Amino acid sequence: MNNPLIVLPVIVQLATAVILIFFWGKTTIQKTLSLIAGVINVGVAVWLFKLVWVEGIQLMHGGGWQPPFGITFVADVFSAVMVLLTAICGIAVTQYATGSIRNKLARFGFYPILHFLLMGLNGAFLTGDIFNLYVWFEVIIISSFVLITLGGEKIQIEGAVKYVTMNLLASIVFLTAIALLYGLTGSLNMADLSLKVAEVDNRTLINVTAALFFIGFGIKSAIFPLYFWLPASYHAPPPAVSAIFAGLLTKVGIYAILRVFTLIFVPDDFMQQLISWVAVLTIITGALGALIQNNLREIFSYLIICHIGFMIAGLGYYSEVAFIGVIFYLIHDIIVKTNLYLVAGLIYKIKGSFNIKRLGGFYKHYPKLSLLMAVPLFSLVGVPPLSGFWAKIFLIEGGFADGQYLSVLAIILGSVVTLIIIAKIWTEVFWKEGVELPKREYIKYFHELRPSKQQAVVIPIILLATSSLFIGFGAEYVIQVSKHIAADLTDTSSYIEAVLGSLNPLQP
Amino acid sequence: MEILLIIIIGLLYASGIYMMLRRSLVKLIIGLILIGHGVNLLIFLVGGIVKGKPPVISESMQTLADIYADPIPQALILTAIVISFGLQSFAIILIKRTYKVVKTDDLDELNPQGEEI
Repeated sequence: MNNPLIVLPVIVQLATAVILIFFWGKTTIQKTLSLIAGVINVGVAVWLFKLVWVEGIQLMHGGGWQPPFGITFVADVFSAVMVLLTAICGIAVTQYATGSIRNKLARFGFYPILHFLLMGLNGAFLTGDIFNLYVWFEVIIISSFVLITLGGEKIQIEGAVKYVTMNLLASIVFLTAIALLYGLTGSLNMADLSLKVAEVDNRTLINVTAALFFIGFGIKSAIFPLYFWLPASYHAPPPAVSAIFAGLLTKVGIYAILRVFTLIFVPDDFMQQLISWVAVLTIITGALGALIQNNLREIFSYLIICHIGFMIAGLGYYSEVAFIGVIFYLIHDIIVKTNLYLVAGLIYKIKGSFNIKRLGGFYKHYPKLSLLMAVPLFSLVGVPPLSGFWAKIFLIEGGFADGQYLSVLAIILGSVVTLIIIAKIWTEVFWKEGVELPKREYIKYFHELRPSKQQAVVIPIILLATSSLFIGFGAEYVIQVSKHIAADLTDTSSYIEAVLGSLNPLQP
Repeated sequence: MEILLIIIIGLLYASGIYMMLRRSLVKLIIGLILIGHGVNLLIFLVGGIVKGKPPVISESMQTLADIYADPIPQALILTAIVISFGLQSFAIILIKRTYKVVKTDDLDELNPQGEEI
C-alpha cells in the first residue's frame, strides 16, 4: 500500500524546526509554535496508528523507486506505536521545557534542536532501509550532542566528552556492519535483506556481522558491558533534556535491535544464549549501580540500564509470549522513564538538590505533588495494577516457557532491587523529616516562579502519569497492541510481503 | 588492488583503535577520524571493485548487459563522509571547549565526581 503521507511525523518535526530557526532568539514565539507543533504531531501520530491498525502496513517509496532499489519508509504497528510514544513524550518535554529551560538556552536554539531530535527519532522508527536507519541515527546523535552541551557548564562538558565518543564509536561499528552486510548481500532494504541473508552460505561472516550490529546498537542502548557512558552523562544536561534522552534515545537502540534481530538475523541457539547472558549481567550491574548512588538522576540512570536488561532478556527467550512482554515493557518504560526525569527535575526546582540524603519532608509540604510523583515511581516497580506489572508477567512467562531460569531469576532480582531503591527514595525524599537547604543564587526555585510557569512544569508530569495509569488500568488494549506487534516480530512474512509485494520470491 | 586496500583498512582500524585508547583527548578524536576513513574504504572494497565499467546504459541497449561498477557504495561513502565531517567538526570544537573549561587534555582528569548537588 503506497501512501506518501506516512512520513508526515518526520515532515511536521522538520518543518517546525526550520520555522523555529526563523524566530531565532524570540523565545516566546518559539515556545508557542513548539507546543502547537507538539499537539499537531500527537494528532498525526494517532492518525498514523489508527491507519496502520485498521488497514495494515503502509509504505512510502522514496522517489517512486520500487523496493528493494529505492529507500522505503515502512509504517507497521511497531513503528506507529513508537512514533506515538515519541509524540507523547515530545509534547510533555516541550511543555516542561517552556517552564524550566532558561531563556539563555532557549535563545541558543534549544527548541529547533529538540524538534530535529524528534524528527530523527520519527525517521528511525519509520524507515525500512538499513542505511537510512544509520542516517537517522546520525541525525539523532548530532542533535543530542548539541542538547547535552547547550549551556556549556563544566559537568555538561565532561559528560558530553564520554557521550560523544561512545556514540561516534557506535556509529562507526554500525556502519562497518552495514558495509559487511552490503558486501554479503548487495542489498540495503530490510525486507529484501531478510530473504537474502537467509540464503548466504557463509554463516560465520553473517554471525560476525550480526555481532557487529549487536555491539553498535548495544552501545546506543547501554547494555553490559557497553553502558559506562550513560551514568557518566545523563545527569549532566538540564532535566528536560535528560528526560527525552532517558525516555527515547536508549529505546531507539532497543527498537533497532528488535527490528534487526527479528527481521534480518534470526538468532541461533548460541546467539540466544549470549543475549540472555548479556541481559543477566546488564540487569545485575544496573541494579547494583543504582543501589549505591545518592543523586536522584544517577539512580535513575542505572535503573535505565537495569530495565534495558529486561527487554534484552525478552529477546533472548525469542518466543511470542516474551515479545509481548518486551513490547509492553518498552511502551511502559518510555513513558515512565521520561516522567521520572521530569519528577527529578521538579524536586530539584523545589528543593535545590538532587541528593536524596539532603532532601526530605516532601510529603509533608507538598502532599498532592507527592501523590502525583508516586505514580511513575511505583509504576516503575510494577506494583499491580500499575503499568510495569503486566509486562513482567509476560516476560517471566516467556522465560519459564523457554527454560531460561537464570535470566528469570535476574528479572525478579532486578525488580526486587528496583523496589528497594524506590522504597529508599520514598523514605528519604518524601517521608524523612526535611532540613532547610541553603539557598542557591543560580537556581530559580519553584515558589519563585509565576503560576503559569509552575503549571508548565507540573502539567507534563500529570500527562505522563495519566498515560502510565492508562497503560496500567487499560492494560487490555495495550496487550492487544503488544500481541499484534509480537505476532509481526515472530512471523515477519507479512512485513516482507507488504514491502516487496510481487517481487517476493516466497509468493508463487 | 584489493590486497592493498585490505592492508590499508586493517592499518586504519588498528591505528584508530590504538589512538582511541590513549589518554589524550586530541588523540581520541584522531582515532575516531582514522576509523571513520577505514569504514569508508571498507564500504568501497566490499562493494566490489570493477575497473573501467561505468554503470551507464548505452543508447542502443535497454539494460546493462556487461558487468558494471556498483554506484551504491559510492553514494553510501559520500553520505558517510558528509555525516562524519559534521560530527568530527563538532567533536573538535567540543575538545577545545573541554580544554578551556577543564584545563586538561588528559581523559583521566575528567572527574565523574561532581560536587554534591
